[in-house]
Amino acid sequence: MADTPAIELRGLTRHFGERTALRDVSVQVAAGATLAVLGRNGAGKSTLLRILATLLRPHSGDAIILGEPLPRRAFAVRARIGFVAHEPLLYRDLNGRENLRYHARLRGIDDGRVERLLAAAGMDGRAEEPVRLLSQGMVQRLAVCRAVLHEPELLLLDEPRANLDPAASELLEPLIGRAAGATRVLTSHDPQAALAEADLVLGLKDGRAVFVGEPGQLSGAALKDLYA
Amino acid sequence: MRTALTVLRKDLLLELRAMETVPAMVLFAIVTFVIFHFGLNRATIEGQLAAGVLTVTLLFASMLGINRLFVAEREQGGFDAFLLAPVDRSALLVAKAAALFTFLVVLELVAVPAFGLLLLGPPLGPRLLGLIPVLALADLALAVIGTLVSAIAIQTRARDLLGPVIGLPLLIPALIATARGTGPLLAAHTSGSPPGKWLAILALYDAVFALLAYALFDFLLED
Amino acid sequence: MSIYGRGLRGLAIVTVVTISTALVLVFFYAPLDADQGFIQKIFYIHVPLAIVSLCGFVLGGLFGAGHLRTGERKWDMRSYVAIHMALIFGVGGLITGSTWAKASWGHWWEWGDPTLVSFLIVLLLFATYQPLRFSIEDPERQSRYASVFAVVAGAFVPMNFIVVRLSQEFVHPRVLTLTGGNLPGPMRLTFVVSLAGIALLYATLWKYEMAAKNARGQARALRRALLGDDAVRPLGRSAAPS
Repeated sequence: MADTPAIELRGLTRHFGERTALRDVSVQVAAGATLAVLGRNGAGKSTLLRILATLLRPHSGDAIILGEPLPRRAFAVRARIGFVAHEPLLYRDLNGRENLRYHARLRGIDDGRVERLLAAAGMDGRAEEPVRLLSQGMVQRLAVCRAVLHEPELLLLDEPRANLDPAASELLEPLIGRAAGATRVLTSHDPQAALAEADLVLGLKDGRAVFVGEPGQLSGAALKDLYA
Repeated sequence: MRTALTVLRKDLLLELRAMETVPAMVLFAIVTFVIFHFGLNRATIEGQLAAGVLTVTLLFASMLGINRLFVAEREQGGFDAFLLAPVDRSALLVAKAAALFTFLVVLELVAVPAFGLLLLGPPLGPRLLGLIPVLALADLALAVIGTLVSAIAIQTRARDLLGPVIGLPLLIPALIATARGTGPLLAAHTSGSPPGKWLAILALYDAVFALLAYALFDFLLED
Repeated sequence: MSIYGRGLRGLAIVTVVTISTALVLVFFYAPLDADQGFIQKIFYIHVPLAIVSLCGFVLGGLFGAGHLRTGERKWDMRSYVAIHMALIFGVGGLITGSTWAKASWGHWWEWGDPTLVSFLIVLLLFATYQPLRFSIEDPERQSRYASVFAVVAGAFVPMNFIVVRLSQEFVHPRVLTLTGGNLPGPMRLTFVVSLAGIALLYATLWKYEMAAKNARGQARALRRALLGDDAVRPLGRSAAPS
């Protein structure tokens, strides 16, 4: 069981109409490891994350998440995945507590967990204010809380530290950092930061996996080429 | 079921906070009554004419609600939030239809008395009991079709336009049944109970489209 | 040749023969109606157009359900062609119906005829099909949503017909049919042949359009496979499945 990789992708392909967003992507991520997905805008990073989050279905190839093949077993595995998306996925007219309680109730999580997370993220003082009045950093903190409510085994992090000051970033470290113990897939606009945290790197260019390997193996030239 | 209740609570809470949709629907209905007064140049109406005016006004006011139903989901990531959760996706249809139904009931709580005050010739009081089953079934039709059509339209570019344009023809049988069901009720001399035939037709319409919507809704959400 | 192209020529020939036969029967065999005279002969095109159109819409709904069940794009293509052909035939039915009303009763529209009225409603609904498709850019989503629409609208057709009919019991039933529902022998024969002719015409045109679209799709796929993605210009926004 411990040897089952958390993520297995083989020849994963996804189109949008005539455009191919992901073409024949293959990678294996061990349980508890951190995968950094690098590439410029349009390379397919978001599409990949959304497939892993079970929001998109693969068009061909295999995607096996936590031992469950997608899309057939998407429903079964959804409860074990947390997604910090590009959008916070919070209702602007509701406050932080109401938003988190909504997500908690959808998952059968009790309110106590909501309160503990709010405290852990330093948001318990601002939990009664409508989200539209909060700064982007605070919204991001709430978004992270939302993603980890159900203690997921797999964390998908799309720019998790966007808008966060160092203090906030530190607060959230136990929730989404390595210490959280979950398998993590993260993307970042800052490749160096992502590389520093990664056990494995997937480089995407025009939907193709042009690099799969350890961070140390990625040469400076190859890195530049990814973002060219 | 628990999922549908959770989503419904969230939607009712949002509406209470923002107070956008229901007040607009109510104002729209009342203004429409005023417009009908001038358009028809009548101080009072009764019978089938009154039934038509009431039904059409409620129908068009509901279009406002239908247009707004999924906007927050689309613009604030509500769809993703829901789709990430390990829940039965048809619960979203049930929740949204229930929310729309609630908005329509609140609308009618104000608009029907307003109608009695402004336009209806015969007194409304004795007729209310008979109106309730007809309007309830009509609201169900509007809720089901409205949610279905709104879910379709929200993913398109022309979203405010397509919703009504698709929904109105689809609702015509329900409109016919509602108008013909209330016509005898609003006549000067009425038995006070709505014609069973039209109630049955409305119920049949509701059943068919509710089942169909429930079966098809998942396909609108998947990707 | 693709499966749609196969048999197309044979079908087209049968269609032409049947329609020609129908025309001959209409003008030279079917007796003149006592009440309405020559103009009654519009019946032989109006009713078949209406019937075939309605069946086409229901067929579009069935194909749409097929697409939802299997996920294969070809069902969506079939649904699209069925619906848009049915729409064209339907407009023809509406125009001929209106013409007949004018000739029979002197006005262009007749609310008392449940067939005509429910037909108008159905056409108003299906007229939104193409704008709906055009309004969704992602092709897969477009097909899926169009299929959902097709199923709902297909179920709507009979429901609408029944309700409109029921709504007219107290109005003078000025129905655009002939005496009772029983057609005398020669008229019945002519009607059946006309119906067959229109149905065959629908089938032929459907097959033809399917073959044309299929060929285009295959040509594009071939170009893409041989010459790479760049050799094929993107289709841009389109209401038609590709």
